[in-house]
Amino acid sequence: MWSYFARRLLIGVPTLFAVVLFCFFLMRLAPGGPFDGEAPVPPEVLANLRARYHLDDPLWQQFFSYLGNLLRGDFGPSFKYKDFTVTELIAQGLPVSIENGLSALFIAILIGLPLGITAALSQNTARDYAVSGLSMIGIVIPTFVTGQILILAFGVWLRCTPFQLPAGGWNDGAFANRILPVTVLALPFIAYIARISRASMIEALRANFVRTARAKGLPYRTVILRHALKTALMPVVTFLGPATAFILTGSMVVETIFQIPGIGRYFVQGALNRDYTLVMGVTIVGAAFVIIANIIVDMIYGVLDPKVRYE
Amino acid sequence: MALLDIQNLTVKFATQDGEVSAVSDVSLHVNKGECLGIVGESGSGKSQTFMAAMGLLAGNGKASGSVRFGDTELLTANERTLNTIRGNKLAMVFQDPMTSLTPHMRVGRQLTEVLQRHRGLDNAAARAAAIAMLARVQVPEPERRFQMYPHELSGGLRQRVVLAMGLLCGPELVIADEPTTALDVTVQALVLELIRELKDTQGTSFVLITHDLGVVAGLADRVAVMYAGRIVESGTVDEIFAAPKHPYTKGLLACTPRLDDPPTVLLETIPGQPPNLQNLPTGCSFHPRCVSAFEPCPVKRPLLVPAGNTLNACFLNHMQAAS
Repeated sequence: MWSYFARRLLIGVPTLFAVVLFCFFLMRLAPGGPFDGEAPVPPEVLANLRARYHLDDPLWQQFFSYLGNLLRGDFGPSFKYKDFTVTELIAQGLPVSIENGLSALFIAILIGLPLGITAALSQNTARDYAVSGLSMIGIVIPTFVTGQILILAFGVWLRCTPFQLPAGGWNDGAFANRILPVTVLALPFIAYIARISRASMIEALRANFVRTARAKGLPYRTVILRHALKTALMPVVTFLGPATAFILTGSMVVETIFQIPGIGRYFVQGALNRDYTLVMGVTIVGAAFVIIANIIVDMIYGVLDPKVRYE
Repeated sequence: MALLDIQNLTVKFATQDGEVSAVSDVSLHVNKGECLGIVGESGSGKSQTFMAAMGLLAGNGKASGSVRFGDTELLTANERTLNTIRGNKLAMVFQDPMTSLTPHMRVGRQLTEVLQRHRGLDNAAARAAAIAMLARVQVPEPERRFQMYPHELSGGLRQRVVLAMGLLCGPELVIADEPTTALDVTVQALVLELIRELKDTQGTSFVLITHDLGVVAGLADRVAVMYAGRIVESGTVDEIFAAPKHPYTKGLLACTPRLDDPPTVLLETIPGQPPNLQNLPTGCSFHPRCVSAFEPCPVKRPLLVPAGNTLNACFLNHMQAAS
């Protein structure tokens, strides 16, 4: 089994390479360059800068020298944050994004799963309709809308009340500064998890083996927890894999709205500034998270479903 | 005295296209130590009759009438009362063994939980009893199978596990829905032998839901033939098999191939399809497919009354019995 997962990790290497390849050339296809600021740079300075960052070398040469540095674990210098390497920026931003993401994920599972499952257990009742309806709303309203609404409510309307919350900024991770962004981040995930777990629980309840368990005279609780739940969790795990990778590598929208120094915000600014190396670095980290998350999902499948065996 | 007494049971399902009656006005009983065979085509309501009795109807199903098991009225019993009876005194063995076992639990655990629930056995005692029961239903190497997951067993083995599950607590009545369909003939014979033995030595009652008339002929004391949610004929096995009265029963029996038929003989069939329960024919539900249908059949529904040696619902027999 472990050799299977080792192989999966190895297969991740060419995947990462493909990501690097596409990302590198896509970035260069975008018009403009890292030094096209608002204030024009004198041509001599620009020439010096381009020479310093090897931007005048042939593209393939730039690509291979980037790849070479990458293999040594060096993401290169940032073009915009002049005194920082991309590795340093990621090392600064990633923990912030992961902390926020993990909190949001934890909250989403803690709220979404019980919501979905209780809705399934009381199918076609007011509670079920409420959960289904609210989760639909949670899915369709984008985070940039919920973010603004919460800022408006807690930052403006409730200003000077005990409910006032900072509308943005990080303040070194003060608890109050985390509440709104984590909430905004968690809301759509609560909605997704509730919907998925509701649907899969309803399906599990209709399964023949649940009927068998009931025919054995087992109490309802036992039927649900011992026989139905594991099957119902499979689709949730499937969803959580890529979702975790996504949420941990920082939401660009949420981090931008709330001015959080996570890597999601670096990604947005990097893309706007044509900060080639920064965008590449964040993308590679994100891709690695997705690959690892999928492997972890497959491991959890092995625990939930004895039919899944890896060799 | 009847162990299971079903009176005027009607089962309706609310569907998007309106209400559908899967079972209509069914009355039957099973005595202690008796085996009742229920035969009929798919969708004739034979399984749903007993799902209703077990309190296992799907969420959109509703049962009315009366189902008495011993002193308990099952239809109005609460879940707690049902759970002391189900799997204990009243067991159901389901068809479709491929999906009737929980896929993520070892077979052994699925057996022992029944004993722990109803008998309060500890792990070791439950394990020993479960393995003994597996051996009894002809599962080879029961200790090894005990450790396995359902998907590691063949369909036939799973069917036997499901059967073992039903028999674990020594129930008074076992409702077996197609218990031998997934088994090959030799194992089928062994399982039927086991059922007969339990019936004779322990006085266990059985309901055999099947479309295998051979199984019914060999094992059942009485038979009820169901068509479109109703019993159309019932009587002792000897009477029904020797002299079926209802044209549908006659048709079913004629459809059974016989070993002594010459190979050139074409297999009999009943023309047409079982009716759509949402849109039943008027009068006798069987009349569009009936070779003997005459004037009253499409107009009036024949009642299940004694005619000849059996109870049957057919105007032809009612007339003959009257004359």
